[in-house]
Formats: sequence, C-alpha cells, structure tokens
Amino acid sequence: MRSPKESQVRKLPESGVSRRGFLQGVSLGGGALGAAVLERPAEAAQSGVVGPGEVSITLWVNGKEHELRVEPRVTLLDALRDRLGLTGAKRVCDRGTCGACTVLVEGKAVYACTTLAIDAQGKNIQTIEGMTRGSELHPVMKAFVNNDAQQCGFCTPGFVVAAKAFIDEHPNPTEEDVMNGLGGNLCRCGTYIGIRKAVVEAAKAMGGRNA
Amino acid sequence: MATTVTKTEPIVGKGVRRKEDPRLITGTATYVDDIEMPGMRYAAILRSPHAAAKILRIETSAAAAHPGVVAVFTGDDTRDVGPVPCAASLPGLRAPEHKVLATDRVYYVGHPVAVVVAADRYVAQDALDLIEVEYEPQPAVADPEKALEPGAPAVHPEWPDNRAFTYQHEGGDAAKAFAEADVVVKQRIVSQRLIPTAMETRGVVAAWDAGMRTLTLHSSTQIPHLMRSLVAAMVGMPENRLRVVTPEVGGGFGSKLNVYAEEALLAWISMRIGKPVKWIESRRENYQATIHGRGHVDYYELAARKDGTILGLKAKIIQDCGAYHQLLTPAIPTLSLLMAPGIYRFRNVSAEIIGVFTNCVPTDAYRGAGRPEATHCIERMVDLLAAELKMDPAEIRLKNFPGPDEFPFETGTGLSYDSGDYAAPLKKAMEIAGYEGLREEQRRARNEGRFLGIGISTYGEICALGPSSALPAGGWESATVRVEPSGKVTVATGTSPHGQGEETSFAQIVADELGVDLDDVEVIHGDTGIVQYGIGTFGSRTLAVGGTAIHYACQDLKTKIKQWGAMLLESDDVRFEGGACVCNKTGKSVPLAEIAAAAYRALKLPPGAEPGLVATRFWEPSNFTFPFGAHIAVTEVDPETGQVEIKRYVAVDDCGRIINPLLVAGQIHGGVAQGLGQALYEEAVYDENGQLVTGELMDYAVPKATMVPHIESSHTETPSPVNPLGVKGVGEAGTIGCSPAVVNSVVDALSPLGVKHIDMPLTPEKLWRLIAKGGQA
Repeated sequence: MRSPKESQVRKLPESGVSRRGFLQGVSLGGGALGAAVLERPAEAAQSGVVGPGEVSITLWVNGKEHELRVEPRVTLLDALRDRLGLTGAKRVCDRGTCGACTVLVEGKAVYACTTLAIDAQGKNIQTIEGMTRGSELHPVMKAFVNNDAQQCGFCTPGFVVAAKAFIDEHPNPTEEDVMNGLGGNLCRCGTYIGIRKAVVEAAKAMGGRNA
Repeated sequence: MATTVTKTEPIVGKGVRRKEDPRLITGTATYVDDIEMPGMRYAAILRSPHAAAKILRIETSAAAAHPGVVAVFTGDDTRDVGPVPCAASLPGLRAPEHKVLATDRVYYVGHPVAVVVAADRYVAQDALDLIEVEYEPQPAVADPEKALEPGAPAVHPEWPDNRAFTYQHEGGDAAKAFAEADVVVKQRIVSQRLIPTAMETRGVVAAWDAGMRTLTLHSSTQIPHLMRSLVAAMVGMPENRLRVVTPEVGGGFGSKLNVYAEEALLAWISMRIGKPVKWIESRRENYQATIHGRGHVDYYELAARKDGTILGLKAKIIQDCGAYHQLLTPAIPTLSLLMAPGIYRFRNVSAEIIGVFTNCVPTDAYRGAGRPEATHCIERMVDLLAAELKMDPAEIRLKNFPGPDEFPFETGTGLSYDSGDYAAPLKKAMEIAGYEGLREEQRRARNEGRFLGIGISTYGEICALGPSSALPAGGWESATVRVEPSGKVTVATGTSPHGQGEETSFAQIVADELGVDLDDVEVIHGDTGIVQYGIGTFGSRTLAVGGTAIHYACQDLKTKIKQWGAMLLESDDVRFEGGACVCNKTGKSVPLAEIAAAAYRALKLPPGAEPGLVATRFWEPSNFTFPFGAHIAVTEVDPETGQVEIKRYVAVDDCGRIINPLLVAGQIHGGVAQGLGQALYEEAVYDENGQLVTGELMDYAVPKATMVPHIESSHTETPSPVNPLGVKGVGEAGTIGCSPAVVNSVVDALSPLGVKHIDMPLTPEKLWRLIAKGGQA
C-alpha cells in the first residue's frame, strides 16, 4: 500500500497550521491566502492563515491519494463523507462525545468530527472502508458478527475502527479492559455485552501475545 | 425428478447470525444521510431559543441574499401545509393546531421558525445566523405539576388551566377495597423525561419529479406507510404519488414512530424548488425537537390485607405532554393505565390520567411507552407494601400472581392477559441469583455497615400491538411471500425493522416453511413503492404480528405449491416437505425451483390455479400478547461517593416461543441498558424558563460500555395463544423490567437508613446527599 510518506505529496512545513494558529487566523478576519496546506509552496510561505475560502488539500485515505478543495473549517468527517463518498464513519454528536465518526490517523483512533480535514494532510487515514480486503472481513468485523455486537449498525463502524486501534495497543485484553478502552464510543442499542466479547475474541484471532 | 428428499433441520429456534450484519459491519449500509442526488440542496432549520414567546417580526432578506442560498421560508409561506398530525383521540382532548413552522408564537425551545435551503450544508447553517427574529418572551412553565397550579403561565392562552385532557377508569370497586383494607401505602413516583437518543438523528431527503409528478421521501422512520398517508394529506398530494422509502434506520426506540413537521416541510420545499433537498437533524435539534419519553408524576395508593393480599389500587397519573400532541402523545399514558395493576390478581382499580401542556418538546413513545412508567410504579408500590408488612418482596409477589390455570386472565383495566406462569420466571431468577444466599450476604454486609441491596421486579407488558380496535391507524400487519421463477424467495413485509434483526427471524420462518436455505430468502421492507401497505415496527409487534402474516402467506403458498406439484407429479396425493413436493404413493419428488419455473412458464395450469407463486396476507390479531418476566438486581452503594455498583443482574424473560435466541438476548441486553439509563443516569432537564439544559450528548448521560454490567439472562417459554407462532415480543421487555429492579435494589440497600423511596435517576450526588442526611430526603 502506498503511503503519503513515499509519495510526491508536499510535506507540511514546520510552521504548519496548528489548531490554535488556525483559530487565531480566522479570528483575525482571514481572507489571506497562505499556510502550509496550500498546494503551492510559494503561497505557503506567505502567512499562517488559511481560508475562509476553499483551499486545495491532499488526503491519504485507505492508501489512496485524494486531492480536494475544502474550506479550512471542513471537518475530516465531512470531507470523508461528503467529498470522498466514504460514508462508513457517521455523524452522531458532532462534538467528540460518541465515537461514531472514529477513523484511524497514523494508526490512532480519532474523532473525525472534531478533526479538521486540513489537519489530516500528510497522514495515513484509515476508515472502515479500508478494513476489508475484497469480500474478506477484518477479524474485528468477524468477531462483531459472531457475538451479535450490532443492532441498528449506526455506531458500528466507529466501534469496529476503535476496537482495531484498541487491539493494536492492547493485543491481549480482558473484557474489563475493553469496557474501559472503548469508553469513548456510544451504542444506544446497548450491545456492549456483545462488543466486549467480540473485542476479546478478535484480539485472540489477531494473535494476541498470550493467544 | 428426484426420488429422495433432503429434510432440512428446522432453523426456527436457532441463534443464526443476522443477515443484516455484513452491510452494517463494513459501513456499506445506506442511511438517509448517505444518500446523494444530482442537484441536491440542503436545508437547515432556525429554531426558537425561547420556551414561550410572541414572534413580532422575522427578517430573512440578508439570509436570502447570502451566496449559495436558494430560498428561505417562514411560517407565512407554509400556512397551507397541513398540521402535524395527532392520531390519538380521547374524549375532550384539547389539540392545539400544530403548524410545520411557527407563525405568531413559539411554544418550546427548538420550535421550528424558519428554514434555509442552500447549495451546501455549511452555507445553509451560516445563513441561519443572518435571519433576524424579534421575539417578545412570555412566561413559560416546564414542570407539569407547576403547570397545573392556579395562576401558572398558560402554555396555550386559550386553555389557561394547561389541561390537555383527563381520562378516568374504574374497574371493580376500589372504594370498597380501600375501605376493607388493613393497610394502605401511598407514594408519589416520578418517571422522569428521557431523550430517546437514537444514534442516527432524524433525516429526510425529499425528491420531487416534475415530469412524473411524484415525490419520493426518504425518511428515517419506523412507519413508512403511515407516513405516506399522513404526509400526502399534509402537503395535499394524492397518496399514490408519494413514495416513502425507509433506508437503513440507525435506531428509533419509538422516537421515529411519528410524523414530524420536517417530513412535510421537506416534501413541500422539494415541490416548491423542484430539486431534491436533504435535511439531517443535528444532535442538538434531536434533543430539542424530537419527542421525549416518559415525563410522569404519579400518585399511587395500594390497599392490602395484612397477610399481603393486594386488594386494590388508586392511581393519579400526571403526564407531561409538552407543548403539542405528536402522533400518539395522549395515547401513551393510557397504556400506563392499562398496565397499572401489573401482573397481580387484584381487579379493583380507580385511575385517572391528567395530560398537561408544558413549554417543552412533546412526549410520545419511547421504548416501553407508558408501560415502564406503570411497571415502575406498581413494582415500587409492592416493595413499599412488603416493607410496611415486613414481608419478603419475593413472597408478596408470589402470593399475588394469578395462577397458570387462571388464563386468559381478565384485568381490572379491561385487558385479557393471554397466557402466563408468572411465578416461574421469578422462581427461576431467584434460583439463578441464589436468593436466600444473597439475603444472607446482605445481613453480613449490613453488619459491616455496607449498603448492599437486592431488588426484584416482576413485570408484564402489552405487546404485539395490536388489535385494530386498539390502535388509531390499525393494528394488523401485511406480508407478501413470493417464490421467484428461480426458486429464490422474496418476502415483503409491512413492518419496518430498524436494528431488531427481523430480516433474519422472518427469513428463518420462511426457510422452515418452504424448505429453502436462509440465504435464499430476501426480506424487503420500508419502501411504499414496493411493499403492500403495512403498519410498521413498534410496540414489540414486528415478529408477533408481521411474522404471523408471513406465516399465513407461507401456508397459502404451500397450498399453491402442492397444486403445481400434484400436476407435475401427475398425482393427487402429494405432500410438501423439505423444499420439494413428494408423491405419497411413488415417493417421486419435484423440487421447489422446478415447481416455480413451471408456475411462471405456465404452459399448463393445475385446475383452478393462476400462474405464478405469490401469496399476500393481511393479518388481524385478536388480542395483544402479554410477555412477562422477573429481573433481580444486586447493588451496592458506596457511602463515600453515592455511586451504585451493579454487582449482579439476573433477567428471566418470557417472550413466548423464541425464534432466534441470539436476537432475543440482544433485545434483552439493549432493553436493560436503556432501563439502567433511566434508573441511574438519564434525565432530560428543563430549567424553570423552559431551557433544555441537557441539550447535547455531553450533558445527557447515555450509558457507556463501562456502565452496563454482565447480564445473567435466562428464559421461560410460555407460548402465546394469540398467534400460531406462539411468540409474544421482546423489544421492550428489558427496559420495562429493569428500572424497578434497580431502584428497588438501591432502596433496599439504603433501607437501614429508613429510606423508602427514591426517584430516578439515582445519581451519585442524589444518593450521597441522602446518605449524608441519614436517609432523610
């Protein structure tokens, strides 16, 4: 799989847009072009402000490079869903409280609803769509099905992605570890009992240390 | 033709994996917000920040001029859109006119005032800020008991007493029962307002086809057909030109058993602008403007002999209706009244419901819908009675159940309980929990100064809604079962499952009936353009009513299959078995696929037969079904923090015959999780000005993974005589059984302090304060 690091995509300069810098830029009235995230390095050198108009960005999602133009305020979730057609991640709370929008950025589970798309440039982004290989389900998905860990399915992609990240960090969890580890995701159907079993089963299937 | 038949093993009763799962688990299922259409526009709704105010002026010109904005509409534009419907009718019901957008007044925080349509969702949201509304705030009232006080602000000025309705019921002779009683216990019990919080908010995509003059409405709903009838009437179009499509639905729990302003509004906008238009509710809107559940303040009195025999009940049910009636708002507390006696033998009931207007979003059906409130009350009252008489709570329950030979059991509220053995799940739960040992452990814990509690709830519920006489839009259900020319089977159900798994349980029924593989059965639902008219999914009815319609359609189909089989086998003595017709004389057989091919090719027809292999049935149930069960919660309260630990949770449920134990377990687990939410964590809080304080998922405590304990689940199986499947329904059982078990347990834990009752939610702060004050509220 190609990754952004091997690619021709421009690396974020050292002075890349931090969240604080972005907010300050916006509060100053914006309008100025610039910032690291723009395609052309010449523009990037101008200032630390982007927007409020659209800027060109490159996102690396599931091993593929996507060039798109978005306003700097567009969240990673909206960019994935509305621009790239990757609708697996869901908008539920839009406040970073429920985990239904969870995607992996550099292997770490993040809330895509509270991540700006421009901040996700130059990073490996993996979504639920990137977890299947053809028709082959990921071991976490198989374990969710085996343990009836989904009902309406709306929180499910977020849970599956979060579970994968959790298992990557904790290859040999107990059900109690799972309870705490997945505390950032909500399921209103109340499938937690199945989810806990599923994650333990998936970890074993993925070759946990003691498995 | 083959001469051997493979008799497949029955699949009904097996915990087969769900057919729904592959699309859900891979993120490829299509929910409303996943739909994109060419030329689609996006709507955003401006809502009232006031609980009560006059609208003096709305200025939309700046919003309309904003780049990317297509249109801005206010209540003046939508005056011709019909009112948001209330299907429930009660004598003397006061029903305020409920327009899709406010006109001269707003009645609750979240009341829709204007709508912006734009090329982009962000732009639509930006433009909302450019609409100026001049409000003149009015006094508001958010508490139903305060709303009933003389001089309270009038929610609707035309009805200054804020009474939406009153409803009374007398069964038996309650006055006599109370006069003859040795003991009467009384308690005020609150079932707080809850926010259903389906993970998927509401959402609508409306697409007008100017050429065909048809409108397609994609909506996240539990009732596609009823929505079609009602929205067509609201926007004044012929019903047969409106198609409602329910894509994947991310949870409903009753909140999508409704027709809301936005569905008609979006339909009207799409017709007006000639483009598809999408609206997806934000979470804040979902909390402010989608119905809430519960909202009861109940006054109960229970009369008994000193041996524990319950003689009668008096109940005053105060239902917070909110500012309007949504589809079933006034009907929900009538379910509480019907269920008020619980599963006990006494028949003397005097009950009254007072429906109250408040400046809050309307209440309506939320998982259990009226029955959790009733069960919570009667189960608390029985515990209060047990405490008063110093009896064991299990013993007093066992003493008051009707026996298994007393069914059908006519209740004092006019119901006829179908079948039951109410002692069986309680005894089983006590056995699993090790009840006697637990009481011993409790004595030891108390000696150590620990607050360990054991709580029992024994519940019944009114399910499989229901006979058409009991439902405003009919209580039957429909099914079409079609064997395709290839022998594959398609089922179209009028129900609208949205997470419960009936694509699987329906397929199990059909696979057994027609002797085909589970994978060869496709279940279609939620598209009024494809499915014959139906009612929908709510009230634990989908399998019991919808599944029965499928069962009967299969019987009709088998009759047809045998006609074709007889012709093909040239025999008048055939049976249908294991997916083939078999000649009883020769043993020769013809498989279903060959029969289907012949039925569609139709070169020769059996006498009196028509081509094709299709059967449609509409099935009307003769009664509700009445599932029941017993839950036992063992809790310990930490006196330092007030935190409740669920140490054990035992659930023994009887939902009649079980088609798929995996799905039943999932429904019980999920139901218990929501009951636990009510018991311990959740409360929709409005302040005295009618502001919703719990307006986001940050503020409203939906149970998380850490909060739901292991559940020791078991069953008894008492078939229902109401339907041939023997099923009763299970969607709401866990929620109904849970909250009284937990609260009874915590009250039991704190009873050494003299605590007799605590209202939900049992937050750590509430319990800590109670303990700190030595049990005095």
